[in-house]
Amino acid sequence: MSATTKTLDELNSRGYEAGFVTDIEQDTVPPGLSEDVIRFISAKKEEPEWLLEWRLEAYRKWLEMTEPNWAHVRHGPIDFQAISYFSQPKRDEDAPQSLDDIDPKIKDTYDRLGIPLHEQQMLAGVAVDAVFDSVSVATSYKEKLKEKGIVFCSMSEAVREHPELVRKYLGTVVPSNDNFFAALNSAVFTDGSFVFIPKGVRCPMELSTYFRINAANTGQFERTLIVAEDASYVSYLEGCTAPMRDENQLHAAVVELVALDDAQIKYSTVQNWYPGDEEGRGGIYNFVTKRGLCKGRNSKISWTQVETGSAITWKYPSCVLRGDNSVGEFYSVAVTRARQQADTGTKMIHMGKNTRSTIVSKGISAGRGEQSYRGLVRVTPTASNARNYSQCDSMLMGDQCGAHTFPYIDVQNPTAQIEHEATTSKIGEDQILYCNQRGISTEDAVSLIVNGFCKEVFRTLPMEFAVEAQKLLEITLEDSVG
Amino acid sequence: MALLEIRNLHASVEGAEILKGIDLSIEAGRVHAIMGPNGSGKSTLAKVLAGDERYQVTGGEILYRGKNLLDLAPEERARDGVFLGFQYPVEIPGVSNTYFLKAALNAIRKYRGESELDAMEFLQLIRERAKAVKLDESLLQRPVNEGFSGGEKKRNEIFQLAVLEPMMAILDETDSGLDIDALKTVADGVNAMRDAERAFLVITHYQRLLNYIVPDEVHVLVNGRIVKSGGKELAEELERSGYALFEEAAA
Repeated sequence: MSATTKTLDELNSRGYEAGFVTDIEQDTVPPGLSEDVIRFISAKKEEPEWLLEWRLEAYRKWLEMTEPNWAHVRHGPIDFQAISYFSQPKRDEDAPQSLDDIDPKIKDTYDRLGIPLHEQQMLAGVAVDAVFDSVSVATSYKEKLKEKGIVFCSMSEAVREHPELVRKYLGTVVPSNDNFFAALNSAVFTDGSFVFIPKGVRCPMELSTYFRINAANTGQFERTLIVAEDASYVSYLEGCTAPMRDENQLHAAVVELVALDDAQIKYSTVQNWYPGDEEGRGGIYNFVTKRGLCKGRNSKISWTQVETGSAITWKYPSCVLRGDNSVGEFYSVAVTRARQQADTGTKMIHMGKNTRSTIVSKGISAGRGEQSYRGLVRVTPTASNARNYSQCDSMLMGDQCGAHTFPYIDVQNPTAQIEHEATTSKIGEDQILYCNQRGISTEDAVSLIVNGFCKEVFRTLPMEFAVEAQKLLEITLEDSVG
Repeated sequence: MALLEIRNLHASVEGAEILKGIDLSIEAGRVHAIMGPNGSGKSTLAKVLAGDERYQVTGGEILYRGKNLLDLAPEERARDGVFLGFQYPVEIPGVSNTYFLKAALNAIRKYRGESELDAMEFLQLIRERAKAVKLDESLLQRPVNEGFSGGEKKRNEIFQLAVLEPMMAILDETDSGLDIDALKTVADGVNAMRDAERAFLVITHYQRLLNYIVPDEVHVLVNGRIVKSGGKELAEELERSGYALFEEAAA
């Protein structure tokens, strides 16, 4: 049992004590959501008044909203009053002191994914002293970024150090009342990442959460904001292939991207949250709002995601193509196995002239997994000569899983060109036999076939990530056939 | 001792008995042909030898290099030198021919206790073998069989045969759908691999292929049984008289 849960239990057993919210010294608040809780979070983080107001406004809107139920997923009701909305990161003395202290099964997966030792330590939350080396690596990266004027820090730090930037862009892509979960996030977000790339700067490295220090335990309501000024470029990697466990079942993150004239943002995600046991018990509910705004002319935003974890995924990384000639891309591989459910896809909103978008979605369903592609391509009246190409392929393994496609196309300009292709295939016994007959084991055959199926998406990932993603798929789909 | 020894083999698919007692003995270095009408069990025999689990062996045994072949998983049979040239080679989208073949060859080499070929050695080998079977080099980088013509698929099977160098090669109707030039190329590829160690089992509906791959022995399969065996002249006899005579005999 973790320190946090212990504290919660203690609090619960003591029963409700009025006035807890004013006790800033406390590390955790009891479950429940109210304006007082939001004030507590904001005060704890020493936020400026405008941000508190922004949170409260979001909360008030959230109170009037209802949980969406259109997604093709099923789960029991979520009790939002049973969630604790603030807890401090674990103290070092409570963290594992070395990799010997962590679950050998997780360690084994790290090894098989080929994750370097110092990253394993960070991922496993080993006490900071023990990972001193990797922290100093991260620090030297930070120096290099600073020289170029790039800001890469936690959201809390950004609020303190660059309040004017945060205030200018926060909520401009995903308004606080955008949807139920985005509103909840806006009210209670605890931390996340902030990236700012100044005009004309090409970020010299992939920005990865590995290198972000002080960001452990960003919690279940993560908020990320990336701003790329004119003619700048950044590639951002989120998450990691290693299995991530969390005591919080509900995750409702918000990611906002802003690309100004001629800027490019490439955002890659590998999501491997705990999917629950074979019956789906205890898995993470991942209800995420991700949206990029191509605000400037000739700007480009590219989403790539590899989704293998979570019990339920509800996620539609989108692009609003407002600038003329702007480009939006979405490349996705999603895997559902056991009892996992995923309803994922994208929205491409064409508003500027000559805007282009590409959607490539690969869904793999195994076991009793249920998967839906849900995508919207909208061409508004101002978007002349807009083009979209969508390709949605589903692969089924076994006969108890499901694959569904819900494409929405809304064209309000006659010059638009929209293409949509979709296929559904089954990993055939014939394909497996063919590989076997050439000496290839069934396990290797499955990974060969699946990787072939996902190739178009993997090749858009940064090299190292792509290799890890392939291995991750192999491990995920082990024993899914035969 | 024969390389492959099939004794009183019975096999069914979905409960229907297809092979009703096959006896066949193939010595190293020999080329055997099996001919028969549609539905006689030719392809079933090929699939059973490969280890396709959709076919159930209900009786008899198969010895390969003195081992019980039926005890081995399909990939173990392949690694031990049993190769099946498929009648309908499958497509594997997104997986390049080269990558696929490298995975196959290295799995086989590993089983034999040999080291894996490095990228250069491998590339050299496949270029040379592709040339030998007149496979267009551009097909090496294409996904396995995807968008290949019928002839290209069959040629690709022979190309794989040439790279993997099995001991016992079974060719299931490799001639079907081939024009005469492609047929000759395929036959040349097979003939170039004939040696004192390697054996072939050539399954065909037509005698035509056997003009180019001249067999040492020919067997006529009708209704799940070998009804007649003989030399290459048996194939010619069949070409003249058809299967009707044997079908009556088997009935």
